[in-house]
Amino acid sequence: MVGITGYGVYIPRHRIKVEEIAKVWGADAQAYKKGLFVEEKSVPGPDQDTITMSVEATFSALKRAQIDPRKIGAVYVGSESHPYAVKPSGTTVAEAIGATPDVHCADFEFACKAGSEAMFVCLGLVGSGLIEYGLAIGADTSQGAPGDALEYTAAAGAAAFIMGKDNIIAEAIDTYSYMTDTPDFWRREYQFYPRHASRFTGDPAYFKHILGAGKAMLEKVKMKPKDFQYAVFHQPNGKFPQRVGRLLGFEKKQIETGLLCPKLGNTYSGSSPMGLTAILDEAKPNDLIFMVSYGSGAGSDAFVWRVTERINQVRDSAVKTRDMLNNNKSYLEYGTYAKYRGKIRKGE
Amino acid sequence: MRDVAIIGVGMNKWGELWESSLRDIFTEAALLAIEDAGVDHIDSMYIGCMSSGLFVGQEHLSSLLTDYLGMGPIPATRVESACSSGGLALRTGLIEVASGMNDIVLVGGVEKMTDVSVHGATFALSTAADQEYEVYHGVTFPGLYALMARAHMHKYGTTRKQLAQVAVKNHYHGSMNPLAQYPQKITAEEVIESVMVADPLRILDCSPITDGAAAVILAPLDLAKKISKKPVVKIIGSGHATDTIALHSRKDLTEIKSTERAAKIAYEMASKSPDEIHLAEVHDCFTIAEICVIEALGFAEKGKGGPATEHGMTTLGGKIPVNTSGGLKSKGHPVGATGVAQAIEITKQLRGEAGERQVKNAKVGLTQNMGGSGGSSLVHIMEVV
Repeated sequence: MVGITGYGVYIPRHRIKVEEIAKVWGADAQAYKKGLFVEEKSVPGPDQDTITMSVEATFSALKRAQIDPRKIGAVYVGSESHPYAVKPSGTTVAEAIGATPDVHCADFEFACKAGSEAMFVCLGLVGSGLIEYGLAIGADTSQGAPGDALEYTAAAGAAAFIMGKDNIIAEAIDTYSYMTDTPDFWRREYQFYPRHASRFTGDPAYFKHILGAGKAMLEKVKMKPKDFQYAVFHQPNGKFPQRVGRLLGFEKKQIETGLLCPKLGNTYSGSSPMGLTAILDEAKPNDLIFMVSYGSGAGSDAFVWRVTERINQVRDSAVKTRDMLNNNKSYLEYGTYAKYRGKIRKGE
Repeated sequence: MRDVAIIGVGMNKWGELWESSLRDIFTEAALLAIEDAGVDHIDSMYIGCMSSGLFVGQEHLSSLLTDYLGMGPIPATRVESACSSGGLALRTGLIEVASGMNDIVLVGGVEKMTDVSVHGATFALSTAADQEYEVYHGVTFPGLYALMARAHMHKYGTTRKQLAQVAVKNHYHGSMNPLAQYPQKITAEEVIESVMVADPLRILDCSPITDGAAAVILAPLDLAKKISKKPVVKIIGSGHATDTIALHSRKDLTEIKSTERAAKIAYEMASKSPDEIHLAEVHDCFTIAEICVIEALGFAEKGKGGPATEHGMTTLGGKIPVNTSGGLKSKGHPVGATGVAQAIEITKQLRGEAGERQVKNAKVGLTQNMGGSGGSSLVHIMEVV
């Protein structure tokens, strides 16, 4: 049996509301709130990045896994906002949590799918016996160009999972991946903000890949949507995951527990992995969880998880996702937000 | 001049056709038209296209499209008159057949608009306005039509709800057209509460950005009667007129003089009056445009286009159904293809092939296609013979 032995999440305390962004750009806040089904988003502080959030999330995962970090054989950080273009995030995270030097590190990038990609690889390495435990992280301080539709959702957050064979809290029953060459969203080297192909990011991109992976996953494990207690999908906004869930045959009540986007925004590589942590905070032993990520470019990883008895022992060992999302928030004005996000560029 | 008839029509579903290129969508429509006409060759071709250069980086469509249609080396001509490129292509093809220079002429229209960003599309479309005196100052088409709407509201008391009713009606018609891009029915409240674009116009007052193509086959009437297996639709009137390209150069922002002039010419040529028209396809690029146009065509008195629409005069079942295809608003507006698609809808209606949205006893139909804010207009009148 291979699966999750510990999980943790990190969300910065800063938030900005849709109204505050819309006010600056003369945009219709209500239309954005209704169209994107998003009210506010998280914002990283000036001293926070993908590495710091990854470390915070991993500390919580370690508390739940209750293992010696030196037993972690792989540290994989999935992000599209690694602080360095050249120099790994993974080694800094591994050093900070005490996993070095007997460890394999790698940074993954696949737009919003890099987190689930790290989870997939860790499950494979643990399953093959190459490593005892693997740390998979999805984390992003995602970028949205000023005034672009992305600015209303591009948020910050991290989810960390320690995969192993012992003391599992959620077994990975099976996985399925679905990839094509679909250029719906990209950021080239030296570019500060990503570009996207507007509505093309919908049907031929997000929906095609999640539906493709989701349907094949259900077929592979011979299960139906009603067999699952929970489902979580990539959340670029609050609307898409609800629609794609409906199209696959899931009901609202299966989706709402993991749907963080309306109050969190899109945490890119952290998105569906963070939704999974919110579900694990609530799930009961033997509950089945259906998960499909999405990354532009494009592809989806699907997972079927079964929660074990151990969840009840470890759930309260670290901060819960909804608590972090709903408590201790501090709201920013656009000016401070612009400063924190490096949107104010000074001449050299 | 010889009499000319439409003997074949071809069009596929319009929309955001990301899987297809410009040449694909044109070729599909052209082949459907050739098949519908039952002809084994075409003598020449006219293509209405506004801005393939800015939209897909491709000019020289005349050669490209004859090549991909497998029709080389026939003569082919690209026709451009902004959003009335399709209507002008139809008139140009009509003149060629009428002159006797060629018999079987394909008139197509095409625009592939979704390969660029929304900003790219807005820029390309803005080239139909006066660059030096309008666009450089920041004007866009929604802005120009918003000025026309404000003027119409001020001068005639046209209401916000009357504008919305144009969109409601055209989406209702479009819901019965399987080829429409946005066949969803909408309510006046939804229009009035939709996102603001340029006051008073909201997003649901505006026609969409569309990929699409349309094609018709023209033939001399005598030949058409011999070879056509379907009711023959004769083009009995054709009018073309221009006006100032810049809106601010016009005496009255509520009047579309180019349409009035083109209509007068077409009515005279056809020996018809507005009362004798059974249905029309008009250029509803914005809801206000349809109100101004039905006044310019003489379907409603000046200033009464809003109430006429509100009272159902132009709805299917009304005195003169307008835009039974869904119009630009619901069917979509691939700018170069629009004028040709209007002729297709009228042909289908006059042949009795319009299905659920069929206008009963339709014998005479009219199309009105215009460029920019009315800098050019084409009016055609067709009758089933």
